[in-house]
Amino acid sequence: MNATSSQPVFIALQTNNDTLSLIEAILFDNPEATIEEYPAMVRIVAPGRLVVRRASVEERIGRSFDLREIQLNTISIAGEVDETEDAFTLFWKL
Amino acid sequence: MHVEIKTTSVKPLRLTFGHLARRFGDKQATRYQEGTYDIQPGVNFHYKPLWDPEFDMYDRRRTAIVMKDWYALKDPRQYYYGNYTIARAKWQEAQERQIEFLEKRGLLFNLPVETREAITFSLVTLRHYEWGANTNNAHMSAYGWGTAITQATMMNCMDRLGIAQHLSKIGLLIDGNSGKSLVTAKRFWMDAPEWQGMRREMENMFVTRDWFELFVAQNLVADGLVYPLFFQQLDSQMAALDGSFLSLIADFPLRWYDESGKWVDSVIKVAAAESEQNQKLLSEWVAKWRAVHAAALTTIADRVMGENAGQAVASVLDVFDARCQKLGVARGSL
Repeated sequence: MNATSSQPVFIALQTNNDTLSLIEAILFDNPEATIEEYPAMVRIVAPGRLVVRRASVEERIGRSFDLREIQLNTISIAGEVDETEDAFTLFWKL
Repeated sequence: MHVEIKTTSVKPLRLTFGHLARRFGDKQATRYQEGTYDIQPGVNFHYKPLWDPEFDMYDRRRTAIVMKDWYALKDPRQYYYGNYTIARAKWQEAQERQIEFLEKRGLLFNLPVETREAITFSLVTLRHYEWGANTNNAHMSAYGWGTAITQATMMNCMDRLGIAQHLSKIGLLIDGNSGKSLVTAKRFWMDAPEWQGMRREMENMFVTRDWFELFVAQNLVADGLVYPLFFQQLDSQMAALDGSFLSLIADFPLRWYDESGKWVDSVIKVAAAESEQNQKLLSEWVAKWRAVHAAALTTIADRVMGENAGQAVASVLDVFDARCQKLGVARGSL
């Protein structure tokens, strides 16, 4: 991958029963990420790069998960998106 | 006038119920956790059941398996009533469409007589097996301990009715909605010598009191042999002769088998890992039921698959043994 910047990226999600395990998976995969809680929303901010891994989410929800399902509960994102079947990555290109 | 929009957030004092907070800490619980953990009544059984006065109404001692925490046997699918019914409704819809496809084109009705007879003998007769599995899972739900396992066995119980209906529907497609194939299949189940082994084992399971042994016998061993044999081996053999659309029939049961297999595996694995004693018991049960079910199935396979039967049964048993090895309940792991 090209050089990336360490400017913060974020994903803001609705908080509901569907996103509980999603948020848990994101925090597990991105130890540098911090979580900001708002009413009915969380914003997960990470320096430079944030990855949502399908395997981690599936492990927590106990069924197969299509990463596009994230869109159903996404409020906003910051960063450029690299999306594959296995991972949804936010980062900044230099 | 100047309007200022401000968000005020109120931090709740508690994020979840006390009994869940004691297990998982005070964080928001999933619906599955809310609907599962510590729901089973555990104390204040004032009256002994008259029909079984040695035990309490709900009693951990109804099985020889010992678990420190019965809620460790959680369902990896995380099914509670809501998402279970939604998931099954989706399947039902898809399955109805497949049946409609077969029906519109008369694909089953127009099969050669021998094939239709073979389907009646094997798949339509299996609906009695499914009804038996339904009864067995009802037993586990009634006498089991802990909502984690009993709610899942109850769902399994309902699934079995659904599959029995699916198989009956196939019968109706074959006989042009006359119901004749269902009557014939019942007669096969009651009288055909090839089916009597399986019927005998089904009735032996009916009188197995230990609900966890029944879980092993029915959900792990019997299903672990019946499904691959009938819906993979036999199905692919018939499809090779009469067109691959026959696989549409097997699609739904196989999908179900895959899904519920994950749950069965996880229950057995956790119970076996709990203690050596559990593992020993489970392995004994697996060995005991594997022997009788395999023998019963071989007779049926010989009749419906002819010369391919030996190889088909052997490959089903191989897969089953490998699965048990992985779960830590194979004879070798004693």
